[in-house]
Order: sequence, then structure tokens, then C-alpha cells
Amino acid sequence: MMYLQMFWEFFKTGLFAVGGGMATIPFLYEISHKTGWFTPDQLANMIAVGESTPGPIGVNMATYVGFLNGMNHDGIWGALLGAVVATLGLVTPSVIVILIVAAILKSFRNNRHVENAFYGLRPASAGLIAAAGISVMLTNLVDASAGWSIGALNIKGIILAVILWVLTNRVKETKKWHPIVFIGISALVGMVFQMG
Amino acid sequence: MRLLLDLFLTFAKVGVMTFGGGYAMLPILQREVVENKHWATEDELMDYFAIGQCTPGIIAVNTATFVGQKTKGFWGGIFATLGVVCPSLIIIAALAGVIEAFSHLTWVKNAFGGVRVCVCVLILNAVVKLLKKAVVDKVTAVIFLLVALGSLLTPVSPVIFVVLAAVAGILLMNWGGKTA
Repeated sequence: MMYLQMFWEFFKTGLFAVGGGMATIPFLYEISHKTGWFTPDQLANMIAVGESTPGPIGVNMATYVGFLNGMNHDGIWGALLGAVVATLGLVTPSVIVILIVAAILKSFRNNRHVENAFYGLRPASAGLIAAAGISVMLTNLVDASAGWSIGALNIKGIILAVILWVLTNRVKETKKWHPIVFIGISALVGMVFQMG
Repeated sequence: MRLLLDLFLTFAKVGVMTFGGGYAMLPILQREVVENKHWATEDELMDYFAIGQCTPGIIAVNTATFVGQKTKGFWGGIFATLGVVCPSLIIIAALAGVIEAFSHLTWVKNAFGGVRVCVCVLILNAVVKLLKKAVVDKVTAVIFLLVALGSLLTPVSPVIFVVLAAVAGILLMNWGGKTA
């Protein structure tokens, strides 16, 4: 039953996430809230793992969620089943939509309504990812349990975030580096400065 | 049968070599699909990739399904798709078990504490990049703000926002009498 629900949740993610792997994050966030299958902290870990392992990041995250959730329910075999179910759920809408589009290729590409829909979809997708990003920032850079005070701020985290932002946006030599490099550096910084 | 297996293996290779987002896979696709296998021309591949970006789902998966379908019909699409997700399944399944087994250790917790900060910055960068493409006028700026605030402050599902935004795009553009 849980596996069916998981297939359905990822089916919805695959159907409505428009614009690549990062676009799945708001949907994963909603799944976390709704089902409690994984915590927002675990989700942030999954994003990092998905980004730094081979394979498309959206697929990697789906596999990870499925694996973890299956393991919590039924141990190792549940984990393997869960990974397969979540991944198939994610890609099934793609396969259906693409097989249809491939059959009507020419009329789809130049369809005015499709182009117009994307005029609205692109900023909405950016808005959803921004909201998910703010939620991830709030859980990681602010300790909500400490209330609204300076002490609630994760000072080490904020300093690291500012440095990473500068390196990925402002420094010519480093901004072309692959994200995995920055994830690796951050893991080391986290260990040295005990950021767990 | 041989061609189906070839599609599966080629896209498994593309999956292994795609690190991160869908855009990273384009040069690899060009080499494997256009130069090595001649399954599509350079122009056709760019078309498939463009459609992969503007159809629902993961860009890498969409492109794989498309090339597979064009090469060997329905089953070609299925085998190419299974190929592109196969490495993720194997690698993540192996890794997730290890990470969860060690997740209670202090140094692992500390490492992930640092990594999560990095994830914040990566998402921020992705949003800024998307904004440059998505927010092209006042209307799109309003859509962006409404969806961001609505999603942050209300429990409304992202599905609703996506559907409403697509409808809004069609209505606004028809109403304005122009095309995106």
C-alpha cells in the first residue's frame, strides 16, 4: 500500500515538475510535509548526494527517497523495492508524455498554446524552487527552536554560505567549478568546524 | 532486440556520465547519439533536447525517451529510459545504505551540516539563473512573486500553482494578443 502511494506521489512529481531536476525539490518538500517519510534535513542531504553522484539529480533524489522509505518500512528488500517504485513513478509521466509528443512532434513545437503556457510556467517554476530554497535555508541557517534572536542564527553556516556564494558567483577562477567540488569543500569545513 | 539492448547500454553510459543537472548531459549525448551511433542528427538532437526541457519531468529522461522512440518506436523509448535511470538506481541504492548506516556518527553529521549549507547556496544560484530566463516583464515578475509567497506561506500543493500558471500564461497571452 505504502509503495502504491509512493508511486503515485512520484508520478505527480514527474508530471508537474517542469524544468529539470531542481524543479522536483518543491514536490519532495511537500511529500516530506505530508507523509513524514523523511525530514527536511534528510531532504537537504539527498539534494547534496543527488548532485554529487552520477546520474540526473531528479532521478537520484527519487531513488534515494524510495530507498530510505522502503528501508524504514521493510528493511533492505523494502529499500530496493522502494528505490525502483519511486524511480519508475517519476519517469512514467515522462514516458507517456514524450511518446505522445513524439507522434505529433511538429505541431507540438510550434503550438502557440504550448509556448504561451510556458510564459506562465517558467516564472511559477522559479517561484516554487525559490520557496523551497527559503525553507531549506530557514531550517539550516536559523535554529527556529531558539526563537527570533541573534543566538538562533547558525553563524558558522551563514559565514560558509556567504563564502560559497562569492566563490560560485564572483570569483572568476572558481565559479565554473562543478558543484561537487563545493559540496566536498563544505563537507570538510563542516567536519573541521563541527557544524552537525 | 540487439538495437534495444544497444539503446539501453548507450543511455546507461549517458546516465553514468551525467553529473548533476540535465544540461550537463548535452555534450555527452552529442558524442554518443550523434557521432558514435548516428541515431539522430545534431539538429534533431537539439530539437529533442528543447522538447525535453518544455515537457513535464526530468530533462535527461525526456530526451532519452525521445531518442529511443525515434530510433526503435515504443520499446525503444522504454529501453532508453530504463537505461538512463539504471546507473542512478544502482549507485544511489549502494550509497544510501552506507550513508544511513553511518549517519549517527558525529563526523558524518558534521560533514552533512556543512553540505546542507552548500545546498542552500546551490539552490539560490539555480533560482537566480532561472529568474533571468523566466522573468521577462512585469507580468512574469508578478507570477514569480505570487507563486513564491503562496508556496511559502500556504500549504497549497505545487501542483495547483503549476496548473494555474500554465492556464494564466495561455489566457494572458491570448488576451494580450501576442505570442511568447
